Amino acid sequence: MAVRVQTEDFDAGAEITRLRLARPDTGAVAAFIGQVRDLNEGAEVSALTLEHYPGMTEKALESIIRQAQARWDIFDALIIHRIGTLNPLDQIVLVLVSGAHRGEAFAACEFIMDYLKTEAPFWKKEQTSAGARWVEARASDDTARQRWTENQ
Amino acid sequence: MLKVLYFARLKEALGTAKEDLPMPQGVTNILELMHLLAARGGVWAQEFDGCRPLRAAINQELAPNTAGFKDGDEIAFFPPVTGG
Repeated sequence: MAVRVQTEDFDAGAEITRLRLARPDTGAVAAFIGQVRDLNEGAEVSALTLEHYPGMTEKALESIIRQAQARWDIFDALIIHRIGTLNPLDQIVLVLVSGAHRGEAFAACEFIMDYLKTEAPFWKKEQTSAGARWVEARASDDTARQRWTENQ
Repeated sequence: MLKVLYFARLKEALGTAKEDLPMPQGVTNILELMHLLAARGGVWAQEFDGCRPLRAAINQELAPNTAGFKDGDEIAFFPPVTGG
């Protein structure tokens, strides 16, 4: 497992290749990439600044991966999350999960993203034409996370 | 001494990112600490009166309002997270 919080961009292709070739019994690598949109809540977004809680962020992400590993038979997982100032079309987050089969890899990847969205201490501040504003948490993210406890 | 940290919108509203707080008498959990901070009045009252959604962490782990802490712990307050 690996967790990286960084200002620099990442090369999703290179990371996928690394995970894919790590062991020959790997049959699937599921990937999620989140990117900055130029529109949110009806306003044009020119830039986004991501703040986080150094120390807790890494612990939270590692804990989320451990929970996924306890729940599904997966081989490895990687989370890269960027911080600092980003612009529309910039990549924000990468989640990769490798395993023998697609089902477990897909499920674990979605689980990790749903938990990251509600438990990892990151906060977005948007620069819009109407000024800067902190992004509000969405109820739909809580609902998405809730599914995993209800289905257990 | 408690190390108390504030993040994101909360940090801006309060105008401070961290403070060292001498372990207050009779305050043993998050909710009691929130009441103590709200009693400072002004923007502190607005932020800690329970009307705005707020999350807390003790020693870098999410903690419910009933969670207890002890002298030397790191307590953090922040708005609901919005990463990803």
